[in-house]
Amino acid sequence: MIGFLIRRIGQAIIVLFLVTVFTLALVHLFPGGPVRALLGERATPFEINYFNHLYGFDQPFYVQYIKWVDQLLHGNLGFSYHLNQSVASLIGQALPKTIVLVLLGTIVSLIFGIPLGVYQAVHRNTVGDYVLTGVSFLGYATPTFFLGIVLVSWFSVDVHLFPPFAPQSSSVISILGQPRALVLPVVTYAFLLYALWSRYMRSSVLDNLVQDYVRTARAKGASERRVIWGHVFRNSLVSIVTLLGLSLPTLVAGAILIEVVFNYPGMGLAFYQAALNVDYQVLLGFTVLATVATILGNLLADVGYALLDPRVRY
Amino acid sequence: MTDVTILSGDATGIGLGEAAKPRGMARRAWEVFAENKLALGSIGFVIFMLLFCFVGPYIYNTNQTSTDLSLYLCHPSGAHLLGCDDLGYDELGRLMVGGQTSIEVGIAAAVVSVLFGTLYGAISGFAGGIVDAVMMRVVDAGLSLPSLMVLIIASVIFHPTKTVIIFVIAFFYWFGVARLVRGETLSLRTREYVQAVRVIGGRPLRSVVRHIVPNAIGTIIVQGTFAVADSILILAVLGFLTLGVAPPATDWGSMLSGGLTYIQGGNYWWLIYPPGVAIILTCISINFIGDALRDAFETRLQRR
Repeated sequence: MIGFLIRRIGQAIIVLFLVTVFTLALVHLFPGGPVRALLGERATPFEINYFNHLYGFDQPFYVQYIKWVDQLLHGNLGFSYHLNQSVASLIGQALPKTIVLVLLGTIVSLIFGIPLGVYQAVHRNTVGDYVLTGVSFLGYATPTFFLGIVLVSWFSVDVHLFPPFAPQSSSVISILGQPRALVLPVVTYAFLLYALWSRYMRSSVLDNLVQDYVRTARAKGASERRVIWGHVFRNSLVSIVTLLGLSLPTLVAGAILIEVVFNYPGMGLAFYQAALNVDYQVLLGFTVLATVATILGNLLADVGYALLDPRVRY
Repeated sequence: MTDVTILSGDATGIGLGEAAKPRGMARRAWEVFAENKLALGSIGFVIFMLLFCFVGPYIYNTNQTSTDLSLYLCHPSGAHLLGCDDLGYDELGRLMVGGQTSIEVGIAAAVVSVLFGTLYGAISGFAGGIVDAVMMRVVDAGLSLPSLMVLIIASVIFHPTKTVIIFVIAFFYWFGVARLVRGETLSLRTREYVQAVRVIGGRPLRSVVRHIVPNAIGTIIVQGTFAVADSILILAVLGFLTLGVAPPATDWGSMLSGGLTYIQGGNYWWLIYPPGVAIILTCISINFIGDALRDAFETRLQRR
């Protein structure tokens, strides 16, 4: 286990190195370099040279990389010249709101996705299974933003049931204080994820149903309810835990789109606006943060899997 | 059953052997596939969509290159079956032109990423050892990238033309294909017929191209099918974020983005539902086809 952990963390560090090099290199691909992006179209060559020198963009790539990583390790994620605030403080404002959205959406989708996935597996090839399969295929094929648009046009334009925009506030508490405004973003987000969990849960339960322990449980006279919920369900959950850790990129992507559709003031919206303004420090900082979260998620998923399932040996 | 598998493997070894190998396998796969009525219907729909987008404009002639503000948001009528958008483009005609972009990009991005991912994964898995470890860390890094964020950055950097978008999408998609094909390769490279190539002095590349890839073709085709649907969705997302192809060209996502502006102002349903439903139905059909193909190639599920 210890050996596995060390090897796995070593891999994560290598991956982190590759990704940060790639991300920094990407910023250098901006037309005319990052300084041109910062100063705009009308910057003179003199100004560009001056700022290139000021920010160290005239130095070799590896020097820039080392300096950048050094700053990152000291907690300095950069400074947004468009917003006139540090990227860290921007994250401090936006991240809690995104976490609220992601957590609520994930919880709602799990509440529906897991039991319905189990139901589908137990009642496979029945009408109920086909209908729910159709729903999850719809979930896979529907662009998140289209679902958001449709829900807004139904529930806030046609019927004035929910506001079309997400709660606008600088504090998380007042956002949670407007639950009606949170309904549409959370529902849209949950539907996107529902397809993922229910499909996975269905196949995971199907795999478990043919295992020997199920036959043993039935043979000793356990009720069907006990077989499903006491044995199969608990074993199938192990793979969902893994999936949760691996699905961080999906969660991030979903959050960006939902925030843009509903104008929800979180990380995704801030990132999108930074992209349109070519505010490269924000882009760099946010991307690195999301990448680190993804790598940690993968790591936790692997470790969690090994801890939860004693049959897994490394 | 088993001797059939070995035979088909041998036939691939002798040459591409079109006549000897695929017929039996392909026919059996087709039998399984054809039983799936949903998949057959989906193929029908995809063919319809292709005709609609690529032949449709010749039948339903509309001006899709210059704006006409006198037709601003005109309602559906005899002259404009699905009305017009805010620049006076005929919406039905736009749906065809946008569909061309979406489908072309979807297919091209899928082909590029599957070709590259397959080769990369097969080489990595076949080489093994340190080469495999290094090549797979690159894939791990690619899969750890928050793809939508980097796609957004890439679309801001590169002026988005159709070709650029194809390669940008493919760049982020091939990692997954590579990992899948590598897994398949790991199990294939220990088979006797692959070992035999090494024994008789065949070069590694020959094993990869002639033996590993043809035997993993089922997985690759299925993955390629899903890749088309995924790429159409990714393009739709980019279009929605106004990072898609530049006007007057359009795609289904860009059309939706334009429609969003008018959602509050009145009942302009024709700006939203046609492109949205087109994306959903096209992607769902492609996914159904992919699912049926997986069943067809899955020898475990085959009777006898």
